[in-house]
Amino acid sequence: MNEFVERRVKLRFAEPRRAYDVVIVGGGGHGLATAYYLATRHGLTNVAVLERGYIGAGNSGRNTTVIRANYGVPATVRFYQHSLELYQRLETETDRSIMHKEKGLLWLAHTEMGLRAERARARINTACGSETVFVEPEEIMRICPQLDLAGAGRYPILGASYHPHGATARHDRVVWAYAEGAMDRGVDVVQRIAVNGIRTSGDWVVGVDTDQGPIDAPVVLSAVGGHVTSLCSTAGVRLPIRTHPLQAFVTNHYQGTFEAIVASTELLFYASQTARGEMLIGAEIDRQPSYSYRSSFDFLASCSGRALALLPFMANLRILRQWTGVCDMSPDYTPVMGKTGVDGLLVTTGWGTWGFKAIPAGGEAMAELIATGATPDLIAPFSIDRFARDRTLADRGSSGTH
Amino acid sequence: MLRLPCPQCGERGVVEFRYGEIPTIPEDLTDPAARDLDRAFMRTNTEGMVTERWFHEAGCRRWMTVLRDTRTDQVLEVVSRSSARQSDRSA
Repeated sequence: MNEFVERRVKLRFAEPRRAYDVVIVGGGGHGLATAYYLATRHGLTNVAVLERGYIGAGNSGRNTTVIRANYGVPATVRFYQHSLELYQRLETETDRSIMHKEKGLLWLAHTEMGLRAERARARINTACGSETVFVEPEEIMRICPQLDLAGAGRYPILGASYHPHGATARHDRVVWAYAEGAMDRGVDVVQRIAVNGIRTSGDWVVGVDTDQGPIDAPVVLSAVGGHVTSLCSTAGVRLPIRTHPLQAFVTNHYQGTFEAIVASTELLFYASQTARGEMLIGAEIDRQPSYSYRSSFDFLASCSGRALALLPFMANLRILRQWTGVCDMSPDYTPVMGKTGVDGLLVTTGWGTWGFKAIPAGGEAMAELIATGATPDLIAPFSIDRFARDRTLADRGSSGTH
Repeated sequence: MLRLPCPQCGERGVVEFRYGEIPTIPEDLTDPAARDLDRAFMRTNTEGMVTERWFHEAGCRRWMTVLRDTRTDQVLEVVSRSSARQSDRSA
């Protein structure tokens, strides 16, 4: 499919009805993908997706669009690998262009410790069915000739793990593809409706309260980004989530070709080139828990400094735009998905800085959980009770942002 | 960048500080194991005013207690240190 031929997106938004079989709160990638898979895989279409702003306005439109599966814990590698494969087929499945492009992803190591971590990553990924290899500096230069191996004298590049199926996709188009697919099959997607609370009766969910009146539903899925703890607290559910801002920026057009996606967990930054030719840079989360979308000059200064240490050509570029999203961080840097202890109330959260790549697998798994009532094996390790069972999945080193 | 008013050093950027959460465990949680679990992992994640601790790591290396609005990152008040220590103990 020619990604430069814009296909008219036919989005038909609905007015909310008073009752549904399933209400999904949050019209981002995860919410819409769940609705899409409910309709396509399970034939459930009496479903509403309620979005406070416009679809994709939250983190689905604020991420840095990287798709990868090079995680550090087996359960997570398998989950993201499945998501990566669903992304590879998504254009065919939905007949929509999402501008999916496999670029290959380099995770750089600057110290002996970093080298060990990247060697271990390659092994764990390979063992769990995701392709990642350890590469030496000569190979790194072949993959990404713009890198300064000396790291400006401060961050020498000693090696890297290379994830050849690392990809990017246009985030709005992913949201639209799922939204259109769900709408075509009868799902109601409602914009500009704020869900203020979850209504329960005993231990059961009975619906949601919105600014346009109550809506009844025996199943409510919170696919909310940023405000999930507030929403779930209205049903008495406590979540292991803290919300932090994350900033990113793009430069003006870089006339060369920057093929790969480059990340450095030790320097806390990652870079890729957008389809428009801009260099897209993201970095670590802000250290204060906050819901503020304010961007800061200090971020631009510190992040550019680190980017220049590895990619000196960027000194000739100028920053065009910066923006902020709010990231729901779990204590072990792994998502929280599934049942909550309140019957009918499901959550998909903890998508901190790894939510975009998880959209297809997350949506598919949540749809299966809603349709069958049973938690799919793929996401069973991500259940909220892992904290009580002492089965946390600590994987800070794979977040790329902390 | 969020700037915090250190009583010792004056207003400084947030990168000089380390964050210290004051855990808020729900009153109705009585089972000790459940309280431990809540304290270790669960978060109130308040949208609005929070009382929190900050350690001026790159400055005077003392703790302070700050009242901040998480919706705007506006710092409203620096609570005195003695009352801060008390709230630390009770938490």
